[in-house]
Amino acid sequence: MNTPGYKTHISSQFNAELEDVRQRVLAMGGLVEQQIIDATRALMDADHALGQEVMRADAKVNQLEVYIDEECSRILARRQPTASDLRLVYAVIKTITDLERIGDESNKIARMASDLSHQERFSDGMVEVQHLSRHVSQMVHDALDAFARMDAETALAVAREDQQIDREYEALLRQCITFMMEDPRTIRRVMDIIWSVRALERIGDHAKNIAEYVIYFVKGKDVRHLPLEDVERQVKESS
Amino acid sequence: MTGVQEKTSLTHGLDMDAIAREHAPMRLEDETIALEVDNLNLYYGEKRALHGVSMKIPKKKVTAFIGPSGCGKSTLLRCFNRMNDLIDGCRIEGQIRLDGKNIFDRDVDIAMLRRRVGMVFQKPNPFPKSIYENVAYGLRLAGINKKRTLDETVEWALKGAALWEEVKNRLDDSALGLSGGQQQRLVIARAIAIQPDVILLDEPCSALDPISTLKVEELITELKNNYTIVIVTHNMQQAARVSDYTAFMYVGDLIEYGNTDQLFTKPAKKQTEDYITGRYG
Repeated sequence: MNTPGYKTHISSQFNAELEDVRQRVLAMGGLVEQQIIDATRALMDADHALGQEVMRADAKVNQLEVYIDEECSRILARRQPTASDLRLVYAVIKTITDLERIGDESNKIARMASDLSHQERFSDGMVEVQHLSRHVSQMVHDALDAFARMDAETALAVAREDQQIDREYEALLRQCITFMMEDPRTIRRVMDIIWSVRALERIGDHAKNIAEYVIYFVKGKDVRHLPLEDVERQVKESS
Repeated sequence: MTGVQEKTSLTHGLDMDAIAREHAPMRLEDETIALEVDNLNLYYGEKRALHGVSMKIPKKKVTAFIGPSGCGKSTLLRCFNRMNDLIDGCRIEGQIRLDGKNIFDRDVDIAMLRRRVGMVFQKPNPFPKSIYENVAYGLRLAGINKKRTLDETVEWALKGAALWEEVKNRLDDSALGLSGGQQQRLVIARAIAIQPDVILLDEPCSALDPISTLKVEELITELKNNYTIVIVTHNMQQAARVSDYTAFMYVGDLIEYGNTDQLFTKPAKKQTEDYITGRYG
């Protein structure tokens, strides 16, 4: 495999700095991915302890965001990166904001899990939630994978997945509304589920954002807020 | 399903304490000090060029002096190996201590001092001799004449200056045939051949093209593993790239001195901020 562009500077120190910051983003991503998985499991199993652990992990995610941000501003001040280096640092700064928000969303789910653990078990409709969660965490995984390999094609696939997530989300909402209409006593619990499902849907959006930053880095094109077809064209065009 | 993972995986492989330690800013207080400038005043005749400068230069780190022309940065640099002694009417008050010993003391042997504190100038100044002889020159002066020792040291110094690969097959060619960037690295090889403690660099890249500049900068980062480096540069981006500590000087005063990251991201003094952001003047 070719040496990635950010590793070919005359200054080995600069190479190392970019590699460090990239590795740290991936570590932060790994942590966040695990948070989603654990938060959903805490929700499924009404596992109070696991919910608490997710919340504790969030402090680390936040701290990493601060560290990486500082590192990026240091690189900007010291190296004055240009072209692909600038886009890389820019993509990193944007990516960690989304990762941190994903952490916050997982935190919300974990909080619902803790709340639900004090109520009686509620199992109806949970299979779909689990499915959505798996789908969303896979998306985050793929977005990070695209980031790790700076691969625009994988990023494009992630952007496509987000539409699917939105459809699943809609279906789950309808299902939840049906539950509440059938038996108003479930409203409180179902509301918690709805908040969690909403959090998962938001995580999908954040994964899509990360994918867009990868496309920006690789192609130098800002594809935010564009319809999917345009994004596809942009990615294909210059490859 | 992927969710069937150990709970402990939340803490997987991320030692936050280690990351925090790595992230802690470099502090002058934690460094070993190579050179200590103590209330240094320098006069060129009546004109006072340095105003009571006091600072500590850390060992095996790169310290950069920045500031507008005439701010005294080169003057200060030249004090470290007493190059100002050569200037008529130059008078110095105060001390510079190298490992605790004041270099202005009467009993200091200037030749010895300059062996410990080497200097590289703005314009590469190789001797009109072969590449080999340029590097061997200082060694011969020091009384080393054994062919094998010379050969070994010349190779070692040229490797240290990242020049060996480019010149190993033409060591007997004239040094004047090298490019500017190569000549500057040759001069650095000549400086390190005698294994000084401190290397002073006075605008070492201002006569070089951007690529040679980056090569010399890369070399500086490598050299700091073994030497204390003090560099004067007009190019503050260069100071930002290569140095660990930066001193900002203005008309003979040391305005701000500290960690380079700090100085270039959140300088403490407004004057520094104005200069590094291009608002000065």
